Amino acid sequence: MKIELPTSAAPALARRSAVAPKIFEWRAFWPLLALGLILLVDAFISPGFFSIRLVEGRLYGSLIDILYRGAPTAVVALGMAVVIGARGIDLSVGAVIAIAGAVMTELIHGGMSAPAVLLATLFVSLICGLWNGVLVAFLDIQPIIATLILMVAGRGVAQMIDAGTIVTFRSEFFSAISTGRLGPIPSRIVVAAAVYALTWAAMRRTALGLFVESVGANAEASRLTGIDSKFVTVATYLISGVAAGIAGILITSDIRGSDANNAGLWMELDAILAVVLGGGSLNGGRVYIFNTLIGVLIIQSLTTSILVSGLPPEYNLIVKAIVVFFCLLLQARPVRQAVGGMMWAKRP
Amino acid sequence: MPLAATIVVFLAIYAFGAVAYNNFLSTLVFGDLLTDNAFVIIAAIGATFVILSGGIDLSVGSMIGFVSVAMAALDAHGWHPLLSGLLMVSFGAMFGGVMGALIDACDIQPFILTLAAMFLLRGLCFVITLDSLPINHPFVAAFSDWRIPLPGGGRLSASALVMLASLAAAIALAHFTRFGANVYAIGGDRNSARLMGAPIRRTMVQVYALGGFYGALAGVAYAFYTGSGYPLAAVGVELDAIAAVVLGGTLLTGGVGYVAGTLFGGLIQGTIQTLITFDGRLTSWWTKIVIGALLFFFITAQRSITRSTALMRRPA
Repeated sequence: MKIELPTSAAPALARRSAVAPKIFEWRAFWPLLALGLILLVDAFISPGFFSIRLVEGRLYGSLIDILYRGAPTAVVALGMAVVIGARGIDLSVGAVIAIAGAVMTELIHGGMSAPAVLLATLFVSLICGLWNGVLVAFLDIQPIIATLILMVAGRGVAQMIDAGTIVTFRSEFFSAISTGRLGPIPSRIVVAAAVYALTWAAMRRTALGLFVESVGANAEASRLTGIDSKFVTVATYLISGVAAGIAGILITSDIRGSDANNAGLWMELDAILAVVLGGGSLNGGRVYIFNTLIGVLIIQSLTTSILVSGLPPEYNLIVKAIVVFFCLLLQARPVRQAVGGMMWAKRP
Repeated sequence: MPLAATIVVFLAIYAFGAVAYNNFLSTLVFGDLLTDNAFVIIAAIGATFVILSGGIDLSVGSMIGFVSVAMAALDAHGWHPLLSGLLMVSFGAMFGGVMGALIDACDIQPFILTLAAMFLLRGLCFVITLDSLPINHPFVAAFSDWRIPLPGGGRLSASALVMLASLAAAIALAHFTRFGANVYAIGGDRNSARLMGAPIRRTMVQVYALGGFYGALAGVAYAFYTGSGYPLAAVGVELDAIAAVVLGGTLLTGGVGYVAGTLFGGLIQGTIQTLITFDGRLTSWWTKIVIGALLFFFITAQRSITRSTALMRRPA
């Protein structure tokens, strides 16, 4: 019988890593390294990858394309980063995207003015977030299960709103938000940047961010220090719900129709993946905003580079899976310690 | 206690069907219920072990798709379906074992690692073929035609029997072996299990290997059931499997639950599907809403049960 206890190797490793350059300690280093490697490969396989040109007043190029296509995922992932930071998880974002799309389409057909539709849609996604938050915080249900309920039922609700068909619409306002441009920059990139700025401000410049990380690290201890853990938890799901609503508006406006079956399908997985690739731990306690964005860019640049590389699209998922495996291994603490130990052990 | 609740809900739903619709209470409907849901339930049995150990396996649906496609491709090369099925099942066990080893050794969250595995297996499907491939071997046709007639015009198909046999094996494994005890111990409290001397690494590898084994077996059952391989087959079945486990009364935190509950969890889902088909007026999206609502009621009921027992156990 072998009893595994913390071995005496741990302090030794800590001493070694203290010798390692500071750059390895910088938490954006590993995700940026992965992103850099992917882009480096792109530079070799596709010579014009980094060229950005102005066509009819709008920026074009593979890099812009990555930002453009990654924008909805980025919005969802930022909300997810907040939820995960408070030791939660939100599996329902894909379904909320579908619901937001269905509500929005229905309201446009109802003749409501576009800004009102926008607000109403965001309000509905807020309600979805509230539902998740109440289940997790007040009914004390495990986040993965609590949000699974809306994930399963949400698409059904969206289909019910759409009455089982794909409803299309025309709206100048929403097209401008999703596929239009603001100056030379595609407007959805502006939307994603605004969500990024808001999330950053809320998490880094208000007490809420501190509370979220505190609840994520230890909900009970936070409660004892006087933080309203339940309220903070609900707030994170509200943020994630609204983020999913915004992504839903972007996606639905893009295809100019509500497709309850496919809108935002598997978006929750990409969003969670982005957070984890950015170095976020599902055990909570930290909200990494910049790193989450890097995670989204890793996923999206991977997809885009497979497209431009001319590799048959059926290899898309395999390459994605393998790269994700490597990113995970790169970030796994035991692996990192082993690699770091090998690299820096001989240094004085 | 949650197991009893699951069975009661299943009986209630079934009784509702029997009252509301003619012919619902027949061995024909019940036999088909077992057959049509066999592969989901087999997959869910494997998921039960993983969840009992406190983990999760998202790769099940892709595993089913991959196995069905691989079997169809091997069939085109003249392999006997039993041989290719055997190969696939051992592949599934090995694949799961590697996942378990990585999760434990590299300290990666199961949710994320099995998510990557889900992408990998689905990607392998697309590399093998982008089209639906038939499995033409006469054995497959013979297998799906073979059945035990039940009184009242019903029948117990071969895939239903495979499902029941794997359920029996799983119950024995979970409740009457040291391995099963280790799984419960690790799911209940990992550190206590370690201090008690439960072999964590080995059990984790075994748990995920078992999950992979049952996933692949579900894939074989699926391939036999549909007689084809399709790269987009069984997308999202991992969620059906997890829902079946939860409806079956197993706690997702691990350590609490019965394998037998999963059977009834899967049957509840299947019965709702059948009810909605029987009705004819309701559309398929109602299935999702009803299952979502049921999940909600189950989980809140479970919470109140575990809460009250926790309160009772607390020293005065």
